[in-house]
Amino acid sequence: MNKTVTPFDMPDGIDVAWCPGCGNHMLLSAVKFALHELGIDRKNLVMVSGIGQAAKAPQYIKANMFNGLHGRSLPAAQGIKLANRNLVVVVESGDGDMYGEGGNHFLHAIRRNIDITVIVHDNMVYGLTKGQASPTSQRGMTTPIQENGVMLEPFNPLAVALALNAPFVARAYAGDVERTQEIIKQAIAFKGLSIVDVFQPCVVFNKVNTYQWFREHTVYLPENHNVRDRTGAFGLAIQQDKLPLGVFYRNEQRELYEDQIGIGTIPLYQSNPLDEEAFQKLVNNYL
Amino acid sequence: MVFCGEAGQGVQTITVALLNVLKKYGYNVFSCTEYMSRIRGGSNSTEIRITEKKRDAYLRRIDMLFALSHTVVEHLKDRISSKTLIFAEKEKFGDQWGDNCIDTPLTKFAVEAGSVGFSNIVAAGVVLGMFGIPLELFTAYLQGKFIAKGEEIVAKNVIAAKLGYSFGRDTAATVDISLQISLPDGRPERVLMDGTTALGIGTVAAGCNFISSYPMSPGTGLLTFLAHRTKEYGIVVDQAEDEIAAINAGLGASFAGARAIVTTSGGGFDLMQEGVSLAGMIETPIVIHIGQRPGPATGLPTRTEQGDLNLALHAGHGDFARAIFSPGTLAEIIDTTQQAFNLAQQYQIPVFILTDQYLLESVSTIDASSVKRRTVETFFVKTTETYQRYAFTNDGLSPRGVPGYGEGLVRVDSDEHDENGLITESFDIRRRMVEKRLKRMHSLREKARVPTVIGSLDQAETLVISWGSNRSVLEEALDVIGNKAFAGIHFSQVFPLSPVIISLFENKRLFVMENNATGQFADLLSFETGRSISRKILKATGEPFSVEDVVDALHHSDHE
Repeated sequence: MNKTVTPFDMPDGIDVAWCPGCGNHMLLSAVKFALHELGIDRKNLVMVSGIGQAAKAPQYIKANMFNGLHGRSLPAAQGIKLANRNLVVVVESGDGDMYGEGGNHFLHAIRRNIDITVIVHDNMVYGLTKGQASPTSQRGMTTPIQENGVMLEPFNPLAVALALNAPFVARAYAGDVERTQEIIKQAIAFKGLSIVDVFQPCVVFNKVNTYQWFREHTVYLPENHNVRDRTGAFGLAIQQDKLPLGVFYRNEQRELYEDQIGIGTIPLYQSNPLDEEAFQKLVNNYL
Repeated sequence: MVFCGEAGQGVQTITVALLNVLKKYGYNVFSCTEYMSRIRGGSNSTEIRITEKKRDAYLRRIDMLFALSHTVVEHLKDRISSKTLIFAEKEKFGDQWGDNCIDTPLTKFAVEAGSVGFSNIVAAGVVLGMFGIPLELFTAYLQGKFIAKGEEIVAKNVIAAKLGYSFGRDTAATVDISLQISLPDGRPERVLMDGTTALGIGTVAAGCNFISSYPMSPGTGLLTFLAHRTKEYGIVVDQAEDEIAAINAGLGASFAGARAIVTTSGGGFDLMQEGVSLAGMIETPIVIHIGQRPGPATGLPTRTEQGDLNLALHAGHGDFARAIFSPGTLAEIIDTTQQAFNLAQQYQIPVFILTDQYLLESVSTIDASSVKRRTVETFFVKTTETYQRYAFTNDGLSPRGVPGYGEGLVRVDSDEHDENGLITESFDIRRRMVEKRLKRMHSLREKARVPTVIGSLDQAETLVISWGSNRSVLEEALDVIGNKAFAGIHFSQVFPLSPVIISLFENKRLFVMENNATGQFADLLSFETGRSISRKILKATGEPFSVEDVVDALHHSDHE
């Protein structure tokens, strides 16, 4: 599965810090395939992440990289896109990073609607800090801290995204590389903020939501699912018995933030500073 | 002279009108303002000084007071003496009325002109009449200001102005104070602005093209200034959801090649600290403006203090390089802001500009010729296929590429990383990266701004040291004292410190004055130079130092 040949492969022998059998490996393949099939030039691609095991993904993708702080991938990614809208900006981080530490940024990134893609490795547990509950952990799961089981209602990223009219909302399952790759392709190609929550088993710390559990508890949306129906999508997002996979919702009508504030195609690093005449004109306003 | 009234009564309108007309006439003017953290009511005041010699400092003494509400006297009682002329409406003033009060029919004239709303124009007219400033200057100003609202509005304003003006002219003959202020010589072309505007001009001139910030007084002014000029100067302005987002967006933009700034106050900056540490680690430039106000916590939101030096100095975990500027005049604000951007780009570090409410909101004039533009220096390289973002070099500075410019890949990482930006736990690489990030401090120190000497060092036994907004008040206090045993030293950069201070301080007694409770800069100087500070002159009430405060403190020290 990991023997892929894409322009995004790192040199052989690179030390990958993920556990054997981790869903991250498959998701990495899906992302690289998707990028390759879209024909994206790695020189114009920036992979952005926060901190955590999932957030190491950009380390293993040959492209520009901004591996920032825990929870802060979205502000950085939006700043990058605003500074140079010719870049393809893809965020990859985990559920703790995106929905816990970075929760406020998640809400406001949806409100802004900048053309970036957000891929969330959702394994419903904290990996790098060794097994504590994450915002998406299911009620009742026991952990070293939540000894009596998780008592908090899980964060529902899709329902929240739909409530805020996120223009592209999807869910995938990392165990199915091919279909995950297709969903990610659609997400990257989408003009606007696209969110893909990806179920991804953690083989070390999450003994509840295993490969088998995900297979049993997920179902792909039917072919005829209406991606323009926001209310219907919301119903599917809060569905409990079987968790739907696929593109829930698309809304091409939302205007891009970068268009609304009038950002052109010339990147900021090429902008011309004030010349003496313009400077004098500015100062002379106060004569 | 001081104008004081409730929030919403138009103190600001009077101030702006008078400053413009008096400046046009040729006077040196200065104003500073204090106000409560509320939208309506309370007591707010603005001080305006008209001087022959340029004076840009807060004076506690009030010669003329315009009291727009009856609560004014109580609010300003510590600043009013028997010599203060109080212009007020007798019927509203009750038993506070005294011999030094002049019954000024502001409301009556305003109503005559059309509505009670014109009373602030009447008040401005009174002042101009008292000083015999040609009325045409005021009517021309009103014409320019209100023409967009129609001829009728202009005409009513002019009536209000004339009524106030005649009253002022007639009153001037009856009072026992000198209203003769000579015009300064030469009268070069001057601009009039507040500190926030100077900061905005410096930021635009510095080639800034990105700001992401969250509103917080008194740092918000810069965000507003730039927001009004996005199209004209190609600046991306984003109001972030919080300060953490603001600085992380700034760093993302900077990574992609923007010249980025964030603006906030101490409380907001608390939230930004992780971003400062990130900037240090990923070696990505960012300029951070902190408009200081009294803390801790929410403190006094609309007041002033210099309490955040230690915060800026120590912000962010881990060891890395930084620089901190502390301008004290309009010219210094404009210059250090441009320098901050160039320095951040060259050294790939966070650079701070520390101001405060008093500096940002005080208005004064500055010779147009002293408003200087620096060359905007960029340090990007076009990358090649073998580009390494963190290549080891002699001075620790790796050539900085931006994504999409050249054949290479630009990879930055908040984890410890190798030359390619790839995560590593090699102790050897770690050691070399720590050295790399700190090596630039040497050159930063050599290039630090040399402090400004106020007065003459020759006969000075004591150096009185200021930083930031205290420059002008120190200058005036030393002038007032006129004692050659004192000289002043002003720092417009507080970190790193210029090496010249070692010889500058030799054989001198050192006093440090600063607007905080503990003497943060005094301690820094002591730590950096090994010299002990003989006296800390401190004030942390939420008000700026007045000229009298400093004069008293220095007189007092003579008898120690």
